Amino acid sequence: MTTNLRIAFLPLNDVAVLAAARERGFAEEEGLSLDLVRTTSWATLRDRLVYGQVQAAHMLAPLAVAVTLGLSQQPAALAAPFKLGVNGNMLVMAKDFAAALAPDPAARLADPLGTAHDFAAAIGLWRRKPIIGVVHRFSSHALMLRYWLASAGIDPDRDVVLRVLPPSLTVEAIHAGEIDGFIAGEPWGSAAIDSGRAEAVAIGTRIWQRGVEKVLAFRETWLEENPETTDRLLRALARAAVWCDEPGNREALADILADARYVGQPSDLILRALTGTIVPRAGDVAVSSPDFVLFSREATSFPWRSQALWIYSQLVRWNMVEPSAQTEAKAAAVFRPDIYRRALAGSDQPMPGASMKLEGAVETPLGVGSRKGDLMLGPDRFFDGRIFDPERIEDYLAGFVR
Amino acid sequence: MRIVIIDDSGLRATVLEEGLRDAGYDDIHIVPPRGAFVARLERMAPDVVLMDLGSPSRDTLEEMLTVSRALARPIAMFVDQSDEAMIGAAIDAGVSAYVVDGLRKERVKPVLELAVRRFNAFSRMQTELEEARTALADRKVIDRAKSILMNQRALSEQDAYALLRSTAMNQGKKIADVAQALITASDLLGGI
Repeated sequence: MTTNLRIAFLPLNDVAVLAAARERGFAEEEGLSLDLVRTTSWATLRDRLVYGQVQAAHMLAPLAVAVTLGLSQQPAALAAPFKLGVNGNMLVMAKDFAAALAPDPAARLADPLGTAHDFAAAIGLWRRKPIIGVVHRFSSHALMLRYWLASAGIDPDRDVVLRVLPPSLTVEAIHAGEIDGFIAGEPWGSAAIDSGRAEAVAIGTRIWQRGVEKVLAFRETWLEENPETTDRLLRALARAAVWCDEPGNREALADILADARYVGQPSDLILRALTGTIVPRAGDVAVSSPDFVLFSREATSFPWRSQALWIYSQLVRWNMVEPSAQTEAKAAAVFRPDIYRRALAGSDQPMPGASMKLEGAVETPLGVGSRKGDLMLGPDRFFDGRIFDPERIEDYLAGFVR
Repeated sequence: MRIVIIDDSGLRATVLEEGLRDAGYDDIHIVPPRGAFVARLERMAPDVVLMDLGSPSRDTLEEMLTVSRALARPIAMFVDQSDEAMIGAAIDAGVSAYVVDGLRKERVKPVLELAVRRFNAFSRMQTELEEARTALADRKVIDRAKSILMNQRALSEQDAYALLRSTAMNQGKKIADVAQALITASDLLGGI
């Protein structure tokens, strides 16, 4: 008996795991028929999930936390038992602005700290307070951008203007001069670069090597009421994620995503980010960034509670939420490693032994304790070397000037 | 009550505005979600903002509602959370409504209900228009196929149509599709 599930998503490369689950038969194998609902704003995706038009959503991890904490229109308890990927985004700035940064874009990308300082100097030379597009205030992109700007003493709420606009409108906006740059998930940054209007300034994976990005979000009540369907979906997605990370499948994946029903951009543009090949300026040689985006390896899909808490710590840092023990616990509870474990117990997915870890502490690939299978965690450093201890959030925050 | 409709589609916005005016609301403004629409909205100080639920510009609008210091009172979406039926109807109709804090729900509800009715009416109009276009195109195709049969097989118009219909029924296809196939074949074979 086939169960139908409606899942909302936005047109971005990292809808890959959902798209592959549908198009490559992984969902079908679990008796699921997926109705992937293409949506063009995060607000609408949120509303569709919260009000039940869809059962799950490809959601910005910080948005899932924000909605649960009541920070984004209607409060609703959301739950994320699965991560749809890590990394995959890029900051691009208009050519004119980038002219004040290091002349070689490859060098810029390799030195995020230096580039942040160059950026601070460039602000002074620019004709107005730079307007940088972010896809949503509750996005990893916005949090990483703030983290990065602040490292050079830039106040993201006073020295620049962060303007919210959805990923699909970013390229148009930079063409129209409405924004001076933007940070978004691929392939939008590359599309702007290809058009000749913008250059790469920073890549998410060089800010945090294993940055939490999108999660598969559900309403908590639905999750609790439908354990069997949830488990089937997670199993299908886990297999789809393995398929997505196979180098041999990337072209086929790019072709799937290129379709208008998904991302609707040329497949060779999409392929670049999937293979970690970034052309930082039109006509330049590509830069290789092998961990530009991950879908499955290193237990990418495991929803570490510490990552939900990192998000919480940044929301507190930027005065978006009042800190309290209760709020902290609520934020941590959005990520559901217990459901991940239950759903994938019988599979051959490597399963971490712990549900929380230090974030940013791994420098070289590290074998970690796992319930089964070998689990190697890749380096997950923050570019400024800071380590996030989820049990010492106050101390962590005290270490920042702002 | 100042109502601002954020909409690009000329026809849908007009349908909604007309409905509101007919119901007695007269302070209505239409703002396309482009360029500096956020600043325009701030200056207008609306009580209710109606917007297509699916619009990509909703994120920009919501960000403005979060940070704007120019708005005298906060504005939030679907303020009356207890009315789930209303919210469901609005989501299904594709309406998002942002309401200023303090506006009584008895004043908001009629506006929202009207917006839902009008959005649904607009959707139906669009579907009907699409169907009419298709029907017209089909009609032309069927007429042409009838001509071909009348010429090639010396049939009356009625018999030509009956033949198309019975063929369609036997093949489990639509008459228009059978007609189109005949036209294509006829063209390939050298025309009428």
